[in-house]
Amino acid sequence: MSPKKAPVNRTLRVGTSQLRLLERLCTACAVSGDEGEVREIVLEELKPFASQVKVDALGNVLVTHAGKGDHCLRVMLAAHMDEVGFMLVKDDDEGLYRFELVGGIDPRHLPGKTVWIGRDHLPGVIGARPIHLVTPDERRRKIPLEDLRIDVGPGNAGGKVKLGDRATFATTFTRLENSLYAKALDDRLGVATLIELVKHAPDHVDLLAAFTTQEEIGGRGARVGAYAFNPDLAIVVDSTPAFDLPTWDGTENTVFNTRLDGGPAIYVADTSTISDPRLVAHLEQTARDHKIPYQLRQPGGGGTDAGAIHRQRSGIPSVSVSIPGRYAHTAGAIARIQDWKNTLLLLQAALESLTPEVLVAR
Amino acid sequence: MKDILPFLKELLSAPGLSGNEAPIRELVENAWRPLVDEIGVGRLGSLHALRRGNGAEPRPRVLLAAHMDAIGLIVTSIQAGLLHFTQIGGIDARILPGQRVLVHGRNPLIGVVVQPPDRLLPPGSGEKPVAMEHLLVDIGLAPERVAALVRPGDLISFDQPPIELSGDVICGHSLDNRASVASLTVCLRELQSRLHLWDVYAVATSQEEVTLGGAQTAAFEIHPDLAIAIDVTFAKGPGITDYNAFGLGKGLTLGWGPNAHPYLHDSLKELADDLEIPYQVELMPRHSGTDAYAIQVAQEGIPSMVVGIPLRYMHTPVEIVSMKDIRRVGRLLAEYVCRLPIDFMKTLSFEKLS
Repeated sequence: MSPKKAPVNRTLRVGTSQLRLLERLCTACAVSGDEGEVREIVLEELKPFASQVKVDALGNVLVTHAGKGDHCLRVMLAAHMDEVGFMLVKDDDEGLYRFELVGGIDPRHLPGKTVWIGRDHLPGVIGARPIHLVTPDERRRKIPLEDLRIDVGPGNAGGKVKLGDRATFATTFTRLENSLYAKALDDRLGVATLIELVKHAPDHVDLLAAFTTQEEIGGRGARVGAYAFNPDLAIVVDSTPAFDLPTWDGTENTVFNTRLDGGPAIYVADTSTISDPRLVAHLEQTARDHKIPYQLRQPGGGGTDAGAIHRQRSGIPSVSVSIPGRYAHTAGAIARIQDWKNTLLLLQAALESLTPEVLVAR
Repeated sequence: MKDILPFLKELLSAPGLSGNEAPIRELVENAWRPLVDEIGVGRLGSLHALRRGNGAEPRPRVLLAAHMDAIGLIVTSIQAGLLHFTQIGGIDARILPGQRVLVHGRNPLIGVVVQPPDRLLPPGSGEKPVAMEHLLVDIGLAPERVAALVRPGDLISFDQPPIELSGDVICGHSLDNRASVASLTVCLRELQSRLHLWDVYAVATSQEEVTLGGAQTAAFEIHPDLAIAIDVTFAKGPGITDYNAFGLGKGLTLGWGPNAHPYLHDSLKELADDLEIPYQVELMPRHSGTDAYAIQVAQEGIPSMVVGIPLRYMHTPVEIVSMKDIRRVGRLLAEYVCRLPIDFMKTLSFEKLS
């Protein structure tokens, strides 16, 4: 199967069809270990564009878009399909279920929320004790996870809910003028980005797109995906927090991590990876050449699939680029359409100008 | 009879915070207008509807009151395009982070309540719930756009659409107390084909969640002989299994305590028994927490009663009520009204029925 012939000087954009794709991706439920709904969309979108598509032992979707000619530079892109969520673990009768967290969710975000359960997205809610019955002392303490239940109603969802089912926050994808408000923007923004990049892949490299699983519980999908692809270098596309809010006491916020409207966030270092400086330089140079706004993510904290990828085999030079988003790992995050667009532009331009020389030691 | 669920879902989709009930009042007014003889708005925003009885004038009056106002938030200041807020009515700040809301600025703006990251809060915040003063609302717009659209004093309502859960239950914000407004509507619909001697005043009261001002002034203006307040009560559920909670969908509640006239209590209980409508007695040792508290002391004092609908997760945007209980309350009220003898007040005594 030959890749679709791409027009010259094509520029990636974020238009109606890209937003519609992102909406489908965000509305899908894919808690770590149960990524099927997103996998289905990725396969459907990319089969016509790929040289090879493989679903591996961990559920990763590994898409190869072969370059023209032999011995092309092997460039791996990775974005994780999974999201944080819940698993139903105990049936308390009358439609009430105990649940556990999958991935990093602050339990303070749980009370009073609606959830979707299982493949059918059956509705449920997480309630809270009425304020009328809560003592002032109790209000000063967090509501412990053990006290919360997912409530599907006394009809017990017609028997369609069962232990082991996954659940996510039930959040409707919403556009707020130039912003997006949705669940799982971390990392469906990355998934949508990879889909666009594969659809518009350059011909001089082998583009190896890994749609990974289990990132939120330790980058496990990426690890085997990188082994299978055996790339020359890797670029991970994720969504990183923008902590760009005012501080409580009005002092300068020096720990913002990234800022909305700042453009793609290039990683120099996080807890899991020291980015390959040659790749950081290439991304920065590309951004300057094309006048694409970008920001350096504040070093430290966090981690991406690059943590697993860069140590695979005999080592894979890696870097991460994130679309900034506020309030990740809650019911809904907020990201700017413009930041996504600039991330797409930067990555496309960076791929097009990517040559083996980039990796020649400085 | 027409199912009440679609109307209730409309009610649950409308804002109408205490003191600003216009959006919800309009919906109720449209639904009630064809069911009553007179309808108007009280001076504090309650909706007063009269369905005249068939008895000879001067007819006795029964007041059926259900509050329509909702709890919510209100903007206090704006900082870097983010909104600080406080509460209208009783809200546990612990249910707020991540709630989708509607900011009623120059036009309605969708937003979300956000809990700032611990690193931006006072030291040690990670161990505790974040106080309301530190929570913010983000509407996703640039600061200059926010400044043009929002100002302190703008209301913020919950934007959780109603959802049907399994087992004939409905979930949404403001089921406290729009579930009871729905019951009152069921009652009015039922009365269309029935004879009743008494004048029936159906009132959707305002400001219950803040001062009970709507009910207090409606009771003064209408000066009823009898009054029944309909409000939600606690349903059994996670963390609530005590004597003061009732099975969801297992029947309505009949209040017993200082706000409930014992004669009215007994007469409603007797009727529920006759009609085989399931109920439980709700013990209310002090303030009933309902409009009955204010109505009872209007004018020279009004024999009052509280009828309740069990509800889970009160004062969160995911309150749950059984549709069965809503219909039961509507039916009980209609039957009660239809059976009120014209000389009922002569028989009413403060001692229990013999």
